[in-house]
Amino acid sequence: MALLDIENLAVSYGPVAALRGVTLAVEEGRITTILGANGAGKSTLLRAALGAVAPRAGTIRFAGADVTRLPVHKRVAAGLSLVPEGRRILITMTIEENLLLGAHLRPDQGAVRAEMAAIYDRFPNLASRRHMAAACLSGGEQQMLAIGRAMLARPRLLMLDEPSLGLSPLFVERLFGLIAELNRGGLSMLLVEQNTGLALGVAHHAVVLELGRVVMQGDPAVLARDPRLQEAYLGESAEPAPQPIPAA
Amino acid sequence: MTAYQTGLLVILALNVLGAFAVYLPLSAGQLNLGIAGFMAVGAYAAAWLGNEQGWGATAAIAAGGGAAALVACAVAVPILRTHGIYLALATFALGQVITAVFLNLEPVGAAAGYPVTEHIGPAAVLLTTLGVAALVLLLSCTRFALCLTAIRSDAVVADLMGMPVRALKVAAFTLGAAIAGLSGGLYALHYNYVEAQHFGVMLSTYTVLYVLLGGTRSVWGPILGAAFFTLIPELLRASAGWRYAIFALLVILFMAWRPAGLLTGGLRLPWRRRAAEETP
Repeated sequence: MALLDIENLAVSYGPVAALRGVTLAVEEGRITTILGANGAGKSTLLRAALGAVAPRAGTIRFAGADVTRLPVHKRVAAGLSLVPEGRRILITMTIEENLLLGAHLRPDQGAVRAEMAAIYDRFPNLASRRHMAAACLSGGEQQMLAIGRAMLARPRLLMLDEPSLGLSPLFVERLFGLIAELNRGGLSMLLVEQNTGLALGVAHHAVVLELGRVVMQGDPAVLARDPRLQEAYLGESAEPAPQPIPAA
Repeated sequence: MTAYQTGLLVILALNVLGAFAVYLPLSAGQLNLGIAGFMAVGAYAAAWLGNEQGWGATAAIAAGGGAAALVACAVAVPILRTHGIYLALATFALGQVITAVFLNLEPVGAAAGYPVTEHIGPAAVLLTTLGVAALVLLLSCTRFALCLTAIRSDAVVADLMGMPVRALKVAAFTLGAAIAGLSGGLYALHYNYVEAQHFGVMLSTYTVLYVLLGGTRSVWGPILGAAFFTLIPELLRASAGWRYAIFALLVILFMAWRPAGLLTGGLRLPWRRRAAEETP
């Protein structure tokens, strides 16, 4: 059974339908990417999966349980975690506090400390400024902090909303290296990304949304060569990344 | 210690409690401008239970805190649907309504005021305040306090991260009201007289100012603010009629000098090593 199973999901903002009859499955241990133009409903899909917006119709099953009516905090406790668009780290709070808040539902303080130490080892820039306000970090470092914070919730499914937005090419490379590495460690991911070439390069399964509907899904390598996708969403940069980017 | 000094210390203690009552919801971003209303609930509840039901001082004061918490919990759901300036307005109106109710409530003396038979000495007030201060300090080291700060910084993200934002806001609001009720109960039984007029707009405003002037980012801010507002006017007593003018000038200067409050970071405690010293 799929880890996340969304069936006939419909979400409306007032009279505007954001998602209509979306059905998709995220398999355990794989990266699923959601592609589509602005306003296609990608972010809404992630928010609905997390429970931040209520669906008008449809069911959401996570790890075999129906979570359609559960509030966000119960879904986070069940293993869903979102890195929101624009990172949204708490810039007035310290880096350490941001990380601690990621683990706010966990009782195992010892393990949390160990995982925080691992994050600090991996990102020395976070470590050296751990007691400073997170506003002092660059955009790329803030993204690493946002992912670290989400990881500290010990997710079974990590959802990333436009993680490469506004990052320098160097950090985009590091970011996708990190995504591939986390996935090799067994983490399942749902990735919404504007950079379709990179997303198709790293993903195992791709879903294309258009005006709130699923219009195509399948093997990323096949989709990347699909002329319809190239015309509609990818434009000139249709080529998938020639090979997965090595870990940074 | 002279009677004057003891009296001043009691006022300081009650003001510190009031400041904590404002500080707790404010740490989650809620400005409660009706804190005097919750103090009134505590004061009248403790007074009435002592007078009419024969409750002992401790039980009556604790019940005063409980009564204020109950009122807060009941109104929290509609009131916390509002945000920012509207929440401040709603709490302001609530404080006014509560005071008006007591002003017209015959069983507790209405406008004539309500004498209280049970009495507690200054030591009881001071010890209770110390106890509450210790509790608030302990609370400030917990995840609960961290989550409240997160809600103040960005409530949307707090929700996305799986914090039960609504429940945490209600808890902070109720806890603040409970402390306000406690301080009301202590006030009633120490001075043996309550009148609704005492719990007016000025009391709420001053209490909020203690926190804003002292600093909203650490537990020491409200303590410092309350001490400043209580002690400085006393120290300026020698200047007779000018003391409030000088005091107001000092407040303006402090706000200009430290707009985020006197205390912005944590206190530099000698036994706690600072961040910068920990990392090489």
